[in-house]
Amino acid sequence: MGERLRVLIAKPGLDGHDRGAKVVARALRDAGMEVIYTGLRQTPEMIVEAALQEDVDAVGLSILSGAHMTLVPRVIQGLREAGLDHVKVFVGGIIPDEDVYALKEAGVEAIFGPGTSTLTIVEAVRRACSEG
Amino acid sequence: MELAPRILEGDRRALARLISLIEDDGPPAREAMAALHPHTGRAHVIGVTGAPGTGKSTLVNELAKGFRRRGATVGIVAVDPTSPFTGGALLGDRVRMRDLAGDPGIFIRSMATRGSLGGLARATGDVVRVLDAAGFAVVLVETVGVGQAEVDIARTAHTTIVVEAPGLGDDVQALKAGLMEIADILVVNKADRPGAAQTARALEVALELGRNNAGPGKDAAWRPPVLKTIALDGSGVAEVLEAIAAHRAYLESSGLWAHRERARARDDLLRALEQELLGRLLAGVGEAAIEDWVDRIARREVDVYTAVQALIENR
Ligand code: B12
Ligand SMILES: Nc1nc2c(ncn2[C@@H]2O[C@H](COP(=O)(O)OP(=O)(O)O)[C@@H](O)[C@H]2O)c(=O)[nH]1
Ligand SMILES: [Mg+2]
Repeated sequence: MGERLRVLIAKPGLDGHDRGAKVVARALRDAGMEVIYTGLRQTPEMIVEAALQEDVDAVGLSILSGAHMTLVPRVIQGLREAGLDHVKVFVGGIIPDEDVYALKEAGVEAIFGPGTSTLTIVEAVRRACSEG
Repeated sequence: MELAPRILEGDRRALARLISLIEDDGPPAREAMAALHPHTGRAHVIGVTGAPGTGKSTLVNELAKGFRRRGATVGIVAVDPTSPFTGGALLGDRVRMRDLAGDPGIFIRSMATRGSLGGLARATGDVVRVLDAAGFAVVLVETVGVGQAEVDIARTAHTTIVVEAPGLGDDVQALKAGLMEIADILVVNKADRPGAAQTARALEVALELGRNNAGPGKDAAWRPPVLKTIALDGSGVAEVLEAIAAHRAYLESSGLWAHRERARARDDLLRALEQELLGRLLAGVGEAAIEDWVDRIARREVDVYTAVQALIENR
């Protein structure tokens, strides 16, 4: 049996919208992945620490508060500093089109907004993680 | 550099990596385990079991904070079930352990059972040993808590805490699940809720009955205390920490600590032997031959025991 994908799903910042994060966490679990859910109000440092301890292949950040431009780059930088460059980062929630380019430049693998089918998300995570 | 020496130097990334390798089970994990074995045997391994929702994760969070205040470093293994249908798992115990973030004296790892049925994953024992070798003074293991077959934890831990909560149904869950026999300490959590006193009394009565027909392996000199906690605000947790310390002192002074270590070593040896022998036999015989025997058994041409004898004798 092959190695099982491990994914951390986190809600950074003070944003309390957790439905999307839970929907995505369940979809990834149902696709056979081991999903570590951290819950609300995570600082970038907490997310990086959890990613390291849990030895995950990917980190998924759910942000609907508008704070993505400050939070996401801090998570990515933290992952790099911890030597976790191989960890793929996904972002979902309310992300205006004009921020997508900058986030991808910062190192985000893919971004998903409201209404995205969970199938699309599962496929994207699987593909990115199997590329290594 | 290899993982084992890095782990002994306190490299948390290496520790996390080795845990994954152990979960995936392969030669690199075994090599590292061999190198770490001489460094194990120091940690106090504490199991926390009980039905889902009783507050195990919340209590583990509080216990860990208490141990940290007393200067002990803490490794945590939190086990959740793997879905038998998809192989996936949702590991949510960290949600209750936010307070522990950012403390280098703490290491938390979530584990999925991956098909194992005893309330722990197959790899949990080895993961506990790695945390032990990495120098954590206390290792807390939170089990699945499905209520059945949770006895694996008693094998793995020096001290087993069974958590109960009022309002989970008419019966005391621990009684139903047969957890009383493995409890070294009983905790009635959610003492802020109505019914906590009755739950505690029911446990006391059950303990009294159990003492009158104590099974083998349970020393009558240790009477499991029944303690009330409110894990949400930490009330009563100091008493649990005291009981844990008392249990450890009791294990050491009675010689049971060494006895349990030896029992565990024997168990580990026999399990590993079983796994290795089965693996070798299956590899030698081949998948096709096994399937062939399965067909013959299903067709009632031969019985299981005759098949086993034949497989072992003419491999
Ligand atoms: C439901 C809702 C709430 C509920 C939240 C309940 C909960 N526990 O989640 C309540 C009523 C509490 C709420 C409160 C507020 N809300 Co509100 N809320 C919404 C609403 C209507 C729907 C969100 C939702 O649950 N969608 C369903 C889920 C399944 O979709 P999703 O989260 O988008 O997730 C999908 C994708 O985005 C993606 N995805 C999401 N996360 C992730 C993560 C990964 C890793 C991946 C791969 C994909 C992914 O996949 C999912 C499936 O397709 C949105 C509007 C909208 N249409 O989005 C506003 C909205 C998000 N809320 C908004 C606001 C302003 C608020 C409040 C500040 C209002 C106030 N003034 O009090 C408060 C703040 C609460 C807080 N503490 O943070 C604004 C945010 C504006 C912004 N970002 O600029 C929105 C956009 C409404 C609006 N148009 O103004 N809200
Ligand atoms: N009222 C009350 N709720 C608690 C207490 N301890 C935990 N909880 C809540 O019980 C729920 C389950 O707790 P959790 O620690 O996840 O339980 P577990 O499934 O046994 O690990 C959570 O909502 C907790 O906040 C307590 O002492 N009192
Ligand atoms: Mg739990």
